[in-house]
Amino acid sequence: MLANVIFWIAAVIAVAMAVTVVAAKRPMHAVVALVANFVMLGVLFLLLHAEFLAIIEVIVYAGAVVVLFLFVVALLLTGVSAPREDEGPKLLAQTPLAIILGAAILCLAGFAVAINLTLGPTPGVPEAFGSITLFGEELFTTYLLPFELTALVLLVAVIGVVFLARERH
Amino acid sequence: MLLTITIDVVKALIVIIFLMAAFGYMTLIERKLLGRFQFRPGPNRVGPKGILQPLADGVKLLLKEEIIPQGVDRFIFIFAPLISLLAALLAFAVIPFGPNVHLFGRTIPLEIAGPNLGLLYVFAIASLGVYGLILAGWASQNKYGLLGGLRSSAQIISYELAMGLSVVGILIFAGSASLNVIVAAQENVWFIFPQIIGFAIYLICAVAETNRAPFDLPEAEQEIVAGYHTEYTGMKFAMFFMAEYINMVTVSALATTLFLGGWHGPAFLPGVAWFLIKVALFLFLFIWIRATLPRIRYDKLMGFGWKILLPVALVNALGTAAWVAMIK
Repeated sequence: MLANVIFWIAAVIAVAMAVTVVAAKRPMHAVVALVANFVMLGVLFLLLHAEFLAIIEVIVYAGAVVVLFLFVVALLLTGVSAPREDEGPKLLAQTPLAIILGAAILCLAGFAVAINLTLGPTPGVPEAFGSITLFGEELFTTYLLPFELTALVLLVAVIGVVFLARERH
Repeated sequence: MLLTITIDVVKALIVIIFLMAAFGYMTLIERKLLGRFQFRPGPNRVGPKGILQPLADGVKLLLKEEIIPQGVDRFIFIFAPLISLLAALLAFAVIPFGPNVHLFGRTIPLEIAGPNLGLLYVFAIASLGVYGLILAGWASQNKYGLLGGLRSSAQIISYELAMGLSVVGILIFAGSASLNVIVAAQENVWFIFPQIIGFAIYLICAVAETNRAPFDLPEAEQEIVAGYHTEYTGMKFAMFFMAEYINMVTVSALATTLFLGGWHGPAFLPGVAWFLIKVALFLFLFIWIRATLPRIRYDKLMGFGWKILLPVALVNALGTAAWVAMIK
């Protein structure tokens, strides 16, 4: 009952914020809306008993990644005034492409919902589900290969940054 | 159900009132102590020995004219101090400040909430607090404000990493991220003894995270006026001020919980008293450090965080893991 109320509050705010991210005229407002969206997603994860994922969502995405976005936006656009409508190139060719991709994502989401409805109520989650212990265990046993591959990709990214940012003599 | 909610609300109110009062008297104690450190009496005019000074300051801030400069982004300008204060208050929710109390046949834990991931929750909330500073700096449309905001976000992101790694040893020893379990695990030996390196790193990062001297680069008055709150007046300025002091109380309370055994102590004093004494010691240390050390240069600060603190914290975490693995 209470979980349902919280779900609807968090879900409505999350969707409203996601729309704001796209619709906001000022880039800074879009970034703030993105943070609010991530925090609400964290609440939704909590409702699904994915405690660790919820906290990590907030720490990594809201707390670190978006701060870097904010950094860039603050440095690039020091004026608060919104860019005028007639500025910049018209993105006519991209519009149909965006509509097609958007429709595809909506179809995918609808498909997921449809599958869930046919499956009926899900069985209860196990006791330790979503805890650090179980999460870590799964990460280092079942999903070891993808986990290590991700680490490799991140390492390559770090080396790339060091290479690009180094001083040229 | 209703009773449980009532008890939680009462506990939350007590904690908020305590934090607000702590903020008010921290400002007085800080000014008094800074005075002593510099061979002068400090504020002593309002009330006996100056104990009514926080009240006078509060009234002054309330009555001040609120100025919103022309051309600022009004929404974000007003919203930013709220984020700072909210994050500061929320972080305290999971800190256990005493043993369970038995009252009218009910057991009441002395904390607002005790989630399994309490430690990570504090870090998550703290990582949101930085938005208040950087948004305030940007929304002010002032170059010093923007510089202060950018400095604070760079500093907090850098030191957050080392801070997170410095407590990994605690997680390994206690085997849980629940602050209650961590306190219970320290009944015999406080974690400061096996984790002295982690403690040192945590303490340095805690000073940096709260933007206190010698890491107060975001508001270095000789360089960038007052940094992110240059354009703020009245209560909106006071909110940043409150957030800074409440954050200090929170990192001190977390240090007490993680390294000094939380509310554990000899039985002649109640647990809550031990907790408050330990937190007060850390707060004194904060003021002492401010009165003693000069500000660090900006590039040195970043270099120190990334090239010294982070590797040492990493090695400490690995060493602790290896040690615990060998013993088991």
